[in-house]
Amino acid sequence: MRRLLARRMKFHLFGAFFVSIGCAALYKFGVAEPRKRAYAEYYKNYDAMKDFEAMKAAGVFECAPPK
Amino acid sequence: MLASRAFSLVGRRSICTSLCLRAHGHAGVVKADDFSLPAYVDRRDVPLPEVAFVRDLSAQQKALKEKEKASWTALSIDEKVELYRMKFNETYAEMNKGTNEWKTVLGGVLFFLGVSGIILIWQKHFMYGPIPHTFSEEWLSAQTKRMLDMRVNPVEGISSQWDFEKNEWKK
Repeated sequence: MRRLLARRMKFHLFGAFFVSIGCAALYKFGVAEPRKRAYAEYYKNYDAMKDFEAMKAAGVFECAPPK
Repeated sequence: MLASRAFSLVGRRSICTSLCLRAHGHAGVVKADDFSLPAYVDRRDVPLPEVAFVRDLSAQQKALKEKEKASWTALSIDEKVELYRMKFNETYAEMNKGTNEWKTVLGGVLFFLGVSGIILIWQKHFMYGPIPHTFSEEWLSAQTKRMLDMRVNPVEGISSQWDFEKNEWKK
């Protein structure tokens, strides 16, 4: 009964702090970093013209038909 | 605004009551309703409620209350417990004890989810018409081929799962 609110509030303040920090860290290292790495990997050896020729050959361009 | 109006109503009622009292000479005493008197409450943050739990004491309990006015060392354990129970409804341990209500709540939630599921199944079977032709196998495969040709989402999405050299899905 003694310091009922203070005890509860301290517990919940700590908890909220660590839970939010944990969520942020989880997102950063579970989602954000892999995504940045994926993009870096993809564009490291990216050849735009080769990609364009492949798409053109497949026939998806209206103004650049595959001929 | 509403609160001030309510207050004025109460004021008028209490003035009328006191005037009536003076007029009839204590013949028309208004009985206070139970909900307007101080109430007993079992709460963690209210250790000493405004009234005792037992309001109308039996003769035996009245005798015990008289005995309480003397030295407390003369009381037996049972008498002390009896006095406690007269003053309080539940002990703190009883009050804070958890219930099994969560089982009822969970059961009710799952039950109604099941009912909704049955309704949905019935609807799909008896009510809805056929789905659009764009969901057929041929259409979907042609659609996926066009997405791959366009290199849709090549970094993390569908085109990243297709091996363009071997012309098959990546393992």
